[in-house]
Amino acid sequence: MTWGVGANDLANVMSTTMGSKAITVRQAMIIAVIFEFAGAFLGGSGVTETMRDGIINSSQLSNQPLILVEGMLGVLMACTFWMNMASYLGVPVSITNALVGSMVGFGTVVLGTDAVHWDQVTHIAIGWITSPLIAGITAYGLFISIQQTIFVKSDPLAKAKIYIPIYLFLIGTVLSFITVFKGLKHFDIHLNLKQELAVTLATSITITIIGMIFIKKIPETPHIRRRERFLQVEKYFAVLMALTACAMVFAHGSNDVALAVGPLTMIHSLLTHQSLSVDNYPAWIILLGCVGVVSGLLMYGRKVIETVGSSITALTPSRAFAATLAAATTVVVATSTGIPVSATQTLVGAVLGVGLARGIGALNLIVIRNIFMSWILTLPVASLLTVIAYKLLHALIG
Amino acid sequence: MGSIFNMFGPSPIRPIEQHMRKAHQCVKHLLPFFEAVTKLDWDAAGIIQQKIVHLEKEADVIKRELRLHLPTGLFLPVSRTDLLELLSAQDRIANKVEDIAGLIMSRKMTIPEKLSDVFFPFLSRCIDASRQACKATNELDELLESGFRGSEVKIVEEMIMTLDEIEHDSDDMLSHIRHRIFELETEFPAIEIVFLYKLVQWIGDLADHAQTVGGRLQILIAR
Repeated sequence: MTWGVGANDLANVMSTTMGSKAITVRQAMIIAVIFEFAGAFLGGSGVTETMRDGIINSSQLSNQPLILVEGMLGVLMACTFWMNMASYLGVPVSITNALVGSMVGFGTVVLGTDAVHWDQVTHIAIGWITSPLIAGITAYGLFISIQQTIFVKSDPLAKAKIYIPIYLFLIGTVLSFITVFKGLKHFDIHLNLKQELAVTLATSITITIIGMIFIKKIPETPHIRRRERFLQVEKYFAVLMALTACAMVFAHGSNDVALAVGPLTMIHSLLTHQSLSVDNYPAWIILLGCVGVVSGLLMYGRKVIETVGSSITALTPSRAFAATLAAATTVVVATSTGIPVSATQTLVGAVLGVGLARGIGALNLIVIRNIFMSWILTLPVASLLTVIAYKLLHALIG
Repeated sequence: MGSIFNMFGPSPIRPIEQHMRKAHQCVKHLLPFFEAVTKLDWDAAGIIQQKIVHLEKEADVIKRELRLHLPTGLFLPVSRTDLLELLSAQDRIANKVEDIAGLIMSRKMTIPEKLSDVFFPFLSRCIDASRQACKATNELDELLESGFRGSEVKIVEEMIMTLDEIEHDSDDMLSHIRHRIFELETEFPAIEIVFLYKLVQWIGDLADHAQTVGGRLQILIAR
């Protein structure tokens, strides 16, 4: 299951990073491993809770835990099947859509339509429409700001040196925001708002300084010809891109891994406590999820390299940076409010935003339309598969 | 997986720059070609003509590839039709060079010695126009990088202004060279004179086409 997430979802999330060739594949893998874990552990709890109780009214079934266990197993089986089939067919699907579709399917068939929290489902669905939109607008704005401050000037290199710390600071804020506001709770550290803000600020500044150290290391020839200045600026953005990739994977970990392990945590708590305790779920479940995701990505790595290597992508680090940061920010904000959004969808929205700002050489609208179609298709297919899986399990066990 | 990478289509910017470079390489070969022709060294001229034909074919391959990879579903930072217009303007330059070399070789035409003092400056001015057009087109990737805004646009617009000046220059030279041919009309067979007029007209067309490339580029930027 989580293997499928890694192969399909995480690879998609890394696509802009790898497409811009800002970092090597090895570096990308390392970033993926570290920040996927960090994101899932530090930021994920809100989404898992939504997944457990938000979509279906599982308390109705607390006296019949077996049905719920069967149902969750069915959800897992259906999603795993669909994700792996989608990976095989080369269709990018979002785990979020698959899971929510499955849960709704299970809830409707087994518990009746009343058991589904339709208002919550509507919230999530609205989130799916608005998140790519918001990410697109953010990416558009971010790219225009980069353009206006750096690229249109007669001396882009000097301007880049002035403004890049600001963008570094922005990444730092996004990264530290979720860690501080959501993650510290897990270590029993409770801070008041002022302290939280101070910690966020301190972390952001630290990240800015780290980024600047990296940028200082970039070799610089004293007299650069006009045509090569842009290349030099892009080298700076490659550093930004690498850091943004961290934020993106972090956001993905906090959102998607947490989602993927949602049904598993329900089964676990049912089997151990015979009840639906909402509180702590064991860390090993999330760990399991992360290991699955990362191994999926690692195994798929070769294919990713081939695709990136063979395609002439017109994506420079600066554009990838604008798109990825916008997507990461949107996901982080959505996650912190407990709404599960799809990182992939958000990223596609952000890329379109940069494209609208005349930033990308060519975007294939037919492919993008197909991507959106596959997402819509995922909902009914996943719920249908879940019902079938549930009926099968029910016949076998019950 | 894989599909999400496909949402980045192949960028047409680099191929169109390559195409213009190929076209300009064709044009550049005209100078040694006519030098060989003046020396009546038909073997050398033939070799250069073959090179021109070869380069023109390469440009055609790029053109075909580019057209095939520009389906209507592609979302581009510039208008698709403008881009295709630019491509065909560039293509006309390469085709014209091939025509000129072909005409000379098939008729074993020579440039009358009395004309050579005006002919070669005129030829090199037309080559200048093509060079300037090539230079401007080569700024396309920088333009994309800056999102078709700001100082980069000004640089390209200045280049196009220079291109226009070069073209005006070549027009003046063309009318002058025509007058000189007119003065020679009694000395040469009529058919020779007819083709001389045609030849200088075609060489002048090179500068015209180069100017069209500049104009197309300007439309492309000012969307």
